[in-house]
Amino acid sequence: MALLEIKNMVVEFPGRHGVFTSVKDVSLDVAEGEILGLVGESGAGKSTVGNAVLNLLQAPGRLAAGEVWLNGERIDQLSQSKFRSIRGKRISMIFQDPMTSLNPIETIEYQLVETILTHLDVSKKEAEQRAIDLLDQVGIPDPATRIKQYPHQFSGGMRQRVVIALALSVEPELIIADEPTTALDVTIQAQILELIKDLCKSRNLGVILVTHDMGVIAETADRVAVMYKGELIEVGDSDQVLRAPKEEYTKSLIAAVPPSNKKIHRFPKVALTDSDGSALQDFDLKGHWLAAGDVHDATQGTLLDVKNLSKRFLVQNAFLERNRRYVDAIKSVSFDVKAGETFGLVGESGSGKSTVARVLTGIHPATSGEMIFDGKDLTGKSGKSEAAAARGDIQMVFQDPYSSLNGRMKIGSIVAEPMVVNNLTSNKEERDDIVADLLELVGLGKDAARKFPHEFSGGQRQRISIARALATRPRFLICDEPTSALDVSIQAQILNLLKDLQEELNLTLLFISHDLPVIRQMCDRVGVMQFGELMEVAETEAIFEAPQVAYTQQLVSQMPKFSK
Amino acid sequence: MLSYIVKRALQSVLVLLAVGLVAFSMFRFVGDPVENMLGQERTNADIERLRESLGLNDPFLVQYWDFLVGAVQGDVGVSFRQGRPALELIMERAPATLELALVSAIFAMVLGIVLGIYTAINRKGPITNFILSTSLIGVSLPTFLIGILLIYIFAVELKWLPSFGRGETVDLGWWSTGLLTWSGIKSLILPSITLGLYQMTLIMRLVRSEMSEVLRQDYIRFARARGLSERAINFRHAVKNTLIPVITVAGLQIGSIIAFAIITETVFQWPGVGLLFIDSVQFVDIPVMASYLMLISVMFVGINFLVDMLYLAIDPRLRDGKGS
Amino acid sequence: MDMLKRAIASDLFWSFKRSPVAVISALVAITLILAAVFAPLLAPYNPFDPASLNLMNGFSKPMEPNAFTGESFVLGTDDQGRDVLSTILYGMRISLFVGALAVLFAMVIGVVLGLVAAYAGGRTDAIIMRIADVQLTFPSILVAMLIFGIAKGFTPIHLRDQMAIWVLIISIGLSDWVQFARVVRGAALVEKSKEYVEAAILIGRGPVAIIFKHILPNVLSPVLVIATISLALAIISEATLSFLGVGAPPTQPSLGTLIRIGQGYLFSGEWWILFFPAVTLLLLALSVNLLGDWLRDALNPKLDD
Repeated sequence: MALLEIKNMVVEFPGRHGVFTSVKDVSLDVAEGEILGLVGESGAGKSTVGNAVLNLLQAPGRLAAGEVWLNGERIDQLSQSKFRSIRGKRISMIFQDPMTSLNPIETIEYQLVETILTHLDVSKKEAEQRAIDLLDQVGIPDPATRIKQYPHQFSGGMRQRVVIALALSVEPELIIADEPTTALDVTIQAQILELIKDLCKSRNLGVILVTHDMGVIAETADRVAVMYKGELIEVGDSDQVLRAPKEEYTKSLIAAVPPSNKKIHRFPKVALTDSDGSALQDFDLKGHWLAAGDVHDATQGTLLDVKNLSKRFLVQNAFLERNRRYVDAIKSVSFDVKAGETFGLVGESGSGKSTVARVLTGIHPATSGEMIFDGKDLTGKSGKSEAAAARGDIQMVFQDPYSSLNGRMKIGSIVAEPMVVNNLTSNKEERDDIVADLLELVGLGKDAARKFPHEFSGGQRQRISIARALATRPRFLICDEPTSALDVSIQAQILNLLKDLQEELNLTLLFISHDLPVIRQMCDRVGVMQFGELMEVAETEAIFEAPQVAYTQQLVSQMPKFSK
Repeated sequence: MLSYIVKRALQSVLVLLAVGLVAFSMFRFVGDPVENMLGQERTNADIERLRESLGLNDPFLVQYWDFLVGAVQGDVGVSFRQGRPALELIMERAPATLELALVSAIFAMVLGIVLGIYTAINRKGPITNFILSTSLIGVSLPTFLIGILLIYIFAVELKWLPSFGRGETVDLGWWSTGLLTWSGIKSLILPSITLGLYQMTLIMRLVRSEMSEVLRQDYIRFARARGLSERAINFRHAVKNTLIPVITVAGLQIGSIIAFAIITETVFQWPGVGLLFIDSVQFVDIPVMASYLMLISVMFVGINFLVDMLYLAIDPRLRDGKGS
Repeated sequence: MDMLKRAIASDLFWSFKRSPVAVISALVAITLILAAVFAPLLAPYNPFDPASLNLMNGFSKPMEPNAFTGESFVLGTDDQGRDVLSTILYGMRISLFVGALAVLFAMVIGVVLGLVAAYAGGRTDAIIMRIADVQLTFPSILVAMLIFGIAKGFTPIHLRDQMAIWVLIISIGLSDWVQFARVVRGAALVEKSKEYVEAAILIGRGPVAIIFKHILPNVLSPVLVIATISLALAIISEATLSFLGVGAPPTQPSLGTLIRIGQGYLFSGEWWILFFPAVTLLLLALSVNLLGDWLRDALNPKLDD
């Protein structure tokens, strides 16, 4: 008998446009000592399944049909007060963001002891001892001291360990982990996944691991269930589903995942039941405005040369110099980018990779160092006009498609704005034609110009962002985590688009990402950053096959492996 | 932590200095008090004599110095209208206002927090709806109308409570209190409700919206997922996190009760500082206005400083100096 | 037409239609505002025209013929024989005029300073917000009274009654800009950190264009909410000041002045002189407040439950 059985679950959210069915007739089971991966893209309903099992649906959501059985006992019809003895005691949950999962004004001890005393009939002394043991088991050093501390005194990874200790505190039979490592860096992610795997095996726990990340599934799950738009598409052993998927949707989803072990030329054009509605047009650029002018003659050799670049931010101002606090976001970084190549910058959060982009584009001024672009000085030391002229050739695609477009402007004005500001066109008709062409080029169609950003999905917005960046006819395009906010199938389409544009327009790319498999697919050469320093620069394949520096070796060994 | 306390204390002094500057500028630049004090039938000699006796003929710097020295010693000038030291006038009437403000503040805080928590936990339902709609009417009714309404019902129609004045008072040294006599207490009821009602509504709405926000946080969801009882979630986790931001604003509200007393005192003819202040605004009696301003700012700044210290005691994130 | 269609299809209009409270308050507010604007056409008498006044008509009860003249007034007359309905219509004009101009004044100052503080940051931000903090320490009604007292000191005595309305507008406006500045600064800081602002810097937009073309349109919805709630507050502040005798002069009575006059007759039985202006003030403030409350919830999807 399975530990947890979900039979024909249906979850509905009544709303303005009628009832939205978030989970449609899903049946699943989990055994003791088993990790079931629940995978899907945004809107698949995977988190809703977890919340529905624990009766934690956000209002107005409701379990409209179906049954939930725990160890042979039906639990979906229990009253709220009876259900409370199941939550935490028999089924626990781990949330995505460890920074917000803990009450900020109580000690770790208070929160652990409170949970233990709620469910177990033990003395306060015993509960305190148990709490210390728990912290020890989840790998927190010096638990007797640290238990007296408050959440803000722990790092992100340590906090997630505390969250896991809280979830384990009364020895539940089942844990539902909802994207438990999505907010964490890759090295921390590997440790937390290892901890969950260990606990599952040593305590014979059932685990439902909800995630969007195929790499995480491949590394951790025994079995995997694939969801799409509320429906369960396919269930099976992880190896079978990932290597030989039976269903069309699963096939296309897996085809879109960037493999970690080899470089592929293009992501296959997949027959998804539903893409972002855009397809790359066959577009003839010959004689077109975008390709016109001498700027597109491929300059061989170095296009950008960065020497000893540093950026220091003031984080706390004070009257006296000695009381001011600074942080060095980039420390003496040097690299060069050759014309026509894609240069990658990879690193974890806080490594300074995005700051490099913002200093290169002039959003933040450099503290010291040199930046030479096509022979022109970008720092402004040899004249502001020289820097400004060079910057016209540099454009950027941002990370967050929802905040990178001004919601109060129509798409047409957004894409036309660079041309208006820089007086690139002589009249409105010419500008409108170019906007239409640009929108065709990125696969949206010219009608998009009359709409507002909120009418588009994340992937489509990223295409608009690319169209805007191309409007100044740049030679150098900086992509700062351009796909990290997107689903994997949309990511594949955007990455393909970037590769196509690069070939057709002869662009040079600086591609910034924390995602190693994506970097491997996109880049010719890669720089690895940590704490503001550039640790290593090498050909992409060399970085992955024979990393020289210890940090790079650690990164590459701990990235979730998803091989094809 | 110590540097935080010192920093806050310095900021308080700076605010007081800024208010002092405003007060002095009022003396120096606003209108011509002589014109206000003498009637239409004045002679040039009258004007000159008055100017001299008020020190208005001294050079700017001398007046400024006199003002600073005077203010520190509690002397902010002589009332143009009554010819007595302004501070003396104010201190004489302060007990009446402070007693009124204290009773209203307790009423507003206790009821505001309790109703706020109740309506946040029970988001729907007839009682919540009733409290919320009444509170909106309360915010839209000007304080003076509430006062008139209460007087009409309880003093004119029902004749239960007095409609004006403080009742009998007992002198305790320099402090005259109305809290020790039955008529004093009866006189206090209507004015304190009038004064406290608006603040109570504001505090209630603030507590409600803060607590609704807290109840949406991940750590509340996680607490629920661990099987903690609703009681523990609402009263141990949510209320404590709610009250931290509420303290600051509530402190400000309590401070403003003293200022709002002006309106209540007018309606109930309550012999407090507010009534004096309104008189001084009508007659442009600058020294009284200025000393009222300075007295009230000392109180506000004091309350704010206390609130900051309270904050420090409750929020562990501030104790490490991280949030400062 | 396109705009109108979009407005009707919008979520805001949808939630408006679903909220009977919002619809009713909008109707009440619009009716009152129109009645005030067209007061000279609607009012049966001009209460400020001495020729039309007859002291004999004083203290007429509502709907009853006067004992001396036999004339009948819908809402009665006051001590000087002025028709209460007409004084209310004219009084509301003054209340709304002062309220609206004061909010406009506060809004312009607050929005500009808030945007500048958010965008410039550093010392400019510190100075503006420090002033705002100090002012916020004091309740706006007290600030308004102080400013009123000071401004009165500057005005020559023979002009005081004529200038009173303008002094009132400035006093209430200056006491209320902080709300706008704080909200706009907060919203603008959020907008400033968004990537579309970086994109605008990148394509060469200057700071002024970024503030007014990109950031301003995105912070307008909280401004709208604050403006609505501020209007109710400003009307109440004006009424309070006038009631206290430091606002609109008896020659230009606002609703507050009328209530001040009526208070004296309440206890002697002439309740209508106070009652009708008070109800009008309540309706006006309540309907605007309810609209503001609904608007805040409707524009803030976080609170939508």
